[in-house]
Amino acid sequence: MSRRVALAYLGLAVLVVVIAMTRGVSTAMLLAAISSIYALVALGLNIQFGYGGLFNLAIMGLMMIGGMAVSNISMPVNAAFWASDGPLLLGRAIGAALAGTCLVIVAHQSWRVGVPRPLVTWLKVLAWFVGYIFYRTQIDPAAAYIEKTSGWVGGLGLPVWAGYAAGGVLAGLAAYVIGKISLGLRSDYLAIATIGMSEIIRAFVKNMDWLTRGTLTVTPVPWPVPLPGAYQEQGVDIGTSFVYGQGAFLAVTLAILIVSVILVERAYGGPWGRMMRAVRDNHIAAASMGKDVKARQVEIFVFGSVLMGIGGALLSSFNQLFDPGGYQPINHTFLIWVMVIVGGMGNSYGAVLGGFLVYMLWAMSEPVSAVIFAQVSNLTSWMGLGAIPDIDARAAQMRVFFLGFVIWLSLRFAPKGLLPEVIRRHV
Amino acid sequence: MDELIFFINKVIVAGTVLGSIYALGAVGVTLIFGILRFAHFAHGDMMTLGAFIAYVLVGAFAALGIHLPIPLGVAVLPFAMALTAVAALGLDRGFYAPLRRMGAQPITLLIASIGVTLMLQGLVRLFFGTGTRTFFEFETKDIFRFDMSWIGGSRPITVTGPQLWMVALVVVTVLALHLFLTRSRLGKGMRAMSDNPDLAQVSGINTALVVRVTWTIAGALACMAGTMLALDVSLKPDLAFNIILPVFAAAVVGGLGQTYGAIAGGFLVGFAETLAVFDWAVFVRPFREHLPDWLATASGLSLVPTEYKLTVAFVILVIVLLARPTGIFKGLST
Repeated sequence: MSRRVALAYLGLAVLVVVIAMTRGVSTAMLLAAISSIYALVALGLNIQFGYGGLFNLAIMGLMMIGGMAVSNISMPVNAAFWASDGPLLLGRAIGAALAGTCLVIVAHQSWRVGVPRPLVTWLKVLAWFVGYIFYRTQIDPAAAYIEKTSGWVGGLGLPVWAGYAAGGVLAGLAAYVIGKISLGLRSDYLAIATIGMSEIIRAFVKNMDWLTRGTLTVTPVPWPVPLPGAYQEQGVDIGTSFVYGQGAFLAVTLAILIVSVILVERAYGGPWGRMMRAVRDNHIAAASMGKDVKARQVEIFVFGSVLMGIGGALLSSFNQLFDPGGYQPINHTFLIWVMVIVGGMGNSYGAVLGGFLVYMLWAMSEPVSAVIFAQVSNLTSWMGLGAIPDIDARAAQMRVFFLGFVIWLSLRFAPKGLLPEVIRRHV
Repeated sequence: MDELIFFINKVIVAGTVLGSIYALGAVGVTLIFGILRFAHFAHGDMMTLGAFIAYVLVGAFAALGIHLPIPLGVAVLPFAMALTAVAALGLDRGFYAPLRRMGAQPITLLIASIGVTLMLQGLVRLFFGTGTRTFFEFETKDIFRFDMSWIGGSRPITVTGPQLWMVALVVVTVLALHLFLTRSRLGKGMRAMSDNPDLAQVSGINTALVVRVTWTIAGALACMAGTMLALDVSLKPDLAFNIILPVFAAAVVGGLGQTYGAIAGGFLVGFAETLAVFDWAVFVRPFREHLPDWLATASGLSLVPTEYKLTVAFVILVIVLLARPTGIFKGLST
């Protein structure tokens, strides 16, 4: 670590202490815990964009998958669902999906038995259509039945650690599918494809009430450490109990973050990192040296997305809430981009620093913009123009404007970020 | 016969309207991509901005007591388009041009356009709030009912005044654009620059002018599309990602950089969306006695439930990317 990194993190520590002194230790713990989760997600994006040059706008979708995984794995078992006909109907729907998949595979392979090529294309279309219709005839009644009788399928009652792991694995699987479809295309296409994928994941998670409870939200998602309530039962006063509880959670997220940073840095410093830089900087040259460019890109895309899935799972767990309606591209995709751009693309320490810094400023900007707007409103009333209507909503919109402006400012005046990428020379 | 009329109302009319809006947006996206080589993510918010400019002008016209035989929203369109074009030029001058001068990669411009989209979103909502508005506060929306009793239909084909205006204007705009690109010197210069920017520059084409003209056209068309959408349904500030995805899908399906492809892609995506959410149960009903029980009593025979409408455009996009990555008309690559 260079002096610049040490100085930057010292500044960050000062900021946390200032927040703790002005707004209370509990608030500082809360902000630090959430921003360490965001830093983990930013680290994932830094792997994808900084190391691989892959433009991913599906962060929101991947974080949603993580949140869904932790809620479905770690929530208690829903006895009403397992006692009803729900599992049977759902099993039939899964069977229908498998049958449809088989049909599609058969159609795809039908050229092997001598079916002419043009006919194969039509067979494929027909197989997809029939498989889809067959699946819909089974899943629609099953979904309606589950939503009516038992609400949702419930969790598996497993420890929350398993939920985090599942969040990472599921997000990685989703990223594999996205990557297989859209990697190998140009970066613009990748941006469009990933943002579309993210919106589609949101549409599904929001509307599949039988699986995710949709707008009804899942709560309370468990913590890996004792909740503040547990400390209160032992006679600790409320303020201190929150410091203990959130502090313990912060320790967990920091541990995950530090382990991830060390692993990522070690991988990037080794031959694997050199290969990734080669693929990013000149994929034609890398391909001519015998590197499988698309496979490497899928690999790095999945790798980064696993961190995003874990981050999403941690965030749901920390908030004790999985609310599919609460995910917004601004809060969950573009904010992460700002973190990586401001922090420094291609530098893990930069991305993590950006994660902490940008999240804390973003969270603190809410009261600040409210105060500024109140002042402007006083001014306009004094000038006889009347107060600003809907002042709270408008103050919130001002933050969106500034987020956009920060993106442009850093691209224009500090394109390398606060902690630029360190190019290691191996002589 | 009524079933067919229902189909025309729900699919043909709605699909044409939606397709026109997507086509206008996609032409702008594809022109910007052709000339500047980056996917302009702020286009959806340029549409919103254009619609709000038109909304303010309508309010001003109504306050001045101006009443015209045509809907005010259509009457103010030329002024609104001019203002939005100026705004688009300002965006380029203020945000994209400095980055281009730095020699930024297209990917940097793409990120910058995301920044611009957030800024526009913030500003529009700052001034107009988040509520839904309508252009028809001061006048009524004309509704034309075409009587279909002469072919045995009991219900009419319904078209609103703005919809008729929209179709007429889109036809005129596409023709004008076609003539501009094929007949005028500047239009030919634009096509040349889209094919090969370096060759265009050395052969004496004023590339800075071409860039300005591109932003003017893109801004004007975005304003037209946004106003049309607002006239047809309602004016909402959260258009951004609900419209930019189908618009991008249309541009990619048509082949990025291909103007005619974008128009075809727009209508393809528009009709695909309306067809996918159309409830085919209407056509099943007359044959109820002859069908098996499960089909006759089925409700909601749409291919895709309405809440997944957004996915349709994307599924088309994925199929095109897999089967023909350059789009139906062969698109550009960087």
